[in-house]
Amino acid sequence: MAETREVERPLSPHLQVYRPQLTSITSILTRITGNALVVAALLIVWWLLAASTSDAYFELADAVLTSWFGDLVLTLSLWAVWYHYLAGLRHLYFDAGKGMDIPTAEKLGWGCIIGSVALTVITLLLV
Amino acid sequence: MRYLTARKRAEGKGAAGTGTEHLWYMKMSGVGLALIIPVFLVAFGRTLGGSRAEVLESLAHPAMAIVTGLVIFFGLRHFAAGAQTMIEDYSHGTTRRALIIAVTVLSYGMIATGLFALAKIAL
Repeated sequence: MAETREVERPLSPHLQVYRPQLTSITSILTRITGNALVVAALLIVWWLLAASTSDAYFELADAVLTSWFGDLVLTLSLWAVWYHYLAGLRHLYFDAGKGMDIPTAEKLGWGCIIGSVALTVITLLLV
Repeated sequence: MRYLTARKRAEGKGAAGTGTEHLWYMKMSGVGLALIIPVFLVAFGRTLGGSRAEVLESLAHPAMAIVTGLVIFFGLRHFAAGAQTMIEDYSHGTTRRALIIAVTVLSYGMIATGLFALAKIAL
């Protein structure tokens, strides 16, 4: 009879067992940027709620978002969005079974890093 | 009582218990977000920093309201599904379930709040 108890499955190998490589760092950054973006999302949703509520509430939320600290968080988040965006496209490309050889994968990694900074600067110039 | 072999229980499910549904959702929501995020970033960046009247006027524009709503919904669902993958990679058992519930509640709570605010502003 098949057993139904929960089995202890192994967890993912932890990060400290690897020597850092461009490909692993750029992959880990995808996860970090994606999850960190919840901070910006919380700020923006709060700001939207404040804008929909009253002048006084909006003033408070807007002061937080447009303060130097708000600027810092949102600018880093802008970079995080662009990084996650490019790295996500790279993952789709990998998923299609392409670009998996080390030279190409490393070039794509640099593409994500340099491209995300460039797109952040362009976005800042546009707004 | 049904007799189920281990194979029968496992077939089509994989370690996640949901087959490829989760992976596919991440891919599809990612592609969808890739289409609207650049527009949202510029539009939102231009809105931020204005007076409340300017902000309300900008957000009440149909295109802006629709794009913002889509970004809030799919952005936060994509976040929750991605965060769940991370949780499943690094935690087990009760901790895992509690964290997944917390992330799910957070994402839907933020979606509801964001869409409520948007509806109030745009309608």
